[in-house]
Amino acid sequence: MNRLVVEGLHAGYGAVTVLRDVNLEVREGELVALLGMNGNGKSTLLNCIMGFVRPTSGRVLLEWEGETIELSRSAAHETTRRGVAYVPEGRRLAPNLTVEENLMLAGGSGRGKAKLKENLGFCYEMFPILDERRRQLSSTLSGGQQQMLAIARALMTSPRIMVVDEPSVGLAPIVVEQVISTIRTLQETTNMTILMAEQSFFQAIEVASRAYVLSHGRIIHTFDQKVDPASSEEIRSAMMGIA
Amino acid sequence: MKMTRFIIVALLVFATGLMLPKVVSNPYYFYAGYVVLQYVVIATGWNILGGYAGYTNFGSSAFFGAGAYMAAFLFKALGVSIFVQILGACVVGMLLGLATGYLTLRIQGVYFAIATVALVIVLETLVHNTEYLGGASGMTHLADPAPAWFGGQTQYVFCIMLGLAVAAVVLARWIEVSWIGRGFRAIRASEPAAEASGVPTLKLKLLACALSGGVMAAAGAPYPTYTSYLDPVSAFSLLIGLNALAMPLIGGTRSWLGPVIGAVLLASVQQLATVTISSEFNILAVGLVLIAFVVAAPEGLLGLRFRSRAA
Repeated sequence: MNRLVVEGLHAGYGAVTVLRDVNLEVREGELVALLGMNGNGKSTLLNCIMGFVRPTSGRVLLEWEGETIELSRSAAHETTRRGVAYVPEGRRLAPNLTVEENLMLAGGSGRGKAKLKENLGFCYEMFPILDERRRQLSSTLSGGQQQMLAIARALMTSPRIMVVDEPSVGLAPIVVEQVISTIRTLQETTNMTILMAEQSFFQAIEVASRAYVLSHGRIIHTFDQKVDPASSEEIRSAMMGIA
Repeated sequence: MKMTRFIIVALLVFATGLMLPKVVSNPYYFYAGYVVLQYVVIATGWNILGGYAGYTNFGSSAFFGAGAYMAAFLFKALGVSIFVQILGACVVGMLLGLATGYLTLRIQGVYFAIATVALVIVLETLVHNTEYLGGASGMTHLADPAPAWFGGQTQYVFCIMLGLAVAAVVLARWIEVSWIGRGFRAIRASEPAAEASGVPTLKLKLLACALSGGVMAAAGAPYPTYTSYLDPVSAFSLLIGLNALAMPLIGGTRSWLGPVIGAVLLASVQQLATVTISSEFNILAVGLVLIAFVVAAPEGLLGLRFRSRAA
């Protein structure tokens, strides 16, 4: 089975421990939500998966097509090249590059290189607004469009898994809905495997097939099936640390 | 393909330059033109790291001086031709760039700039204490006579420097349109973003250091032949480091054209000032022009054009 596994992960910054014994798994074709309020370790966990933060113990493994790759030992650009694409919090585009240059940069090396034209065509088909603005500097796009570009940029690397960090941050509520529904469409049409951290949980659980709740650096709750909106109150309490 | 056309135009410029010794008889123009072209090479080399990748190098004279001394050393020790001297200088510049990069790229911004200043002092001290290189009193460098076509050593080194300038500009242009250039610009914008796009940032930064260092050292290689004398004070001069960053800033750091415009403008003004006022006036002139640009045109002359177009 193709999957991404996090095993017994501990991580932190200097003397501060952020993650304590985190275990989770994302199987091929799933959209897994990682829920939690600010400051509970969501981004740190994603940063460990990507290779921006080195865990103090535990492992992140990518088991894919019979291969097992230990991601917790590879640099971020290598992680990307092995098929784990990253949509960072706050987009983090290259503002001095045009829309198309941002896409070409991500697609011009590693796994995406052989399918550069095809991927570019797919991105423009999926996000017509980016096609329209391909020659514009990415800094001139609106927040929602920038988030689309960040997702498209991840797609350019021909990913096996997409790791999306809080796509709703800094966006107007209506745009948040658009972004989340874009991610759902992407998952439904391409069967893309996605791990998405979110704190806007009502929106996240609507689209997620499974969910983990992170609180104070531990997974305190796991929902192992498509979350029933009826149980959403339960998740909310878990996230707030009430349950 | 645009790049092919660019190379053809560059070669035409070079070919035209080769004809100049047959047309212009006053060697002073070649003497002054050499300095302008030398700064085109230095500014273009500086811009690869400083402009595209966004790492400010204050120590350009270290690379220029290392190139000049490598050339003089190769000539004194082995008597090799100026082309081999340039090649040797280029290799030393790249290695020096790589080493500096490896040691300093983990620090960013102002600390990187300070580290590059230190490099100049280290190398200058090294030369001061090396007897074979003439120490503080310098060394004479009497090159073989130039080929008859050029009519003199000055015209000859002018044409060589023109060749280097053309090569440097073609390299800069190629970087700009290639994946590497996009990677450099992404690094300048945000290194985590570049990593997220699968860009190996450390490798690309080292490459930028090596290419930048190689080009600036190549600019120094014909210098001993040009002056037939080499001393540490002029090889590691503050003015070179200052000009190297002032010229791209004046012209604009985003494209290959910026450093070329900046170098041609500033170096020409300096040549005029040297003849009409005094050579000491140069550093003052650079300083004043730089302040004026930082205030009035922070993105250089090309930036002004973009700005007026956007308005």
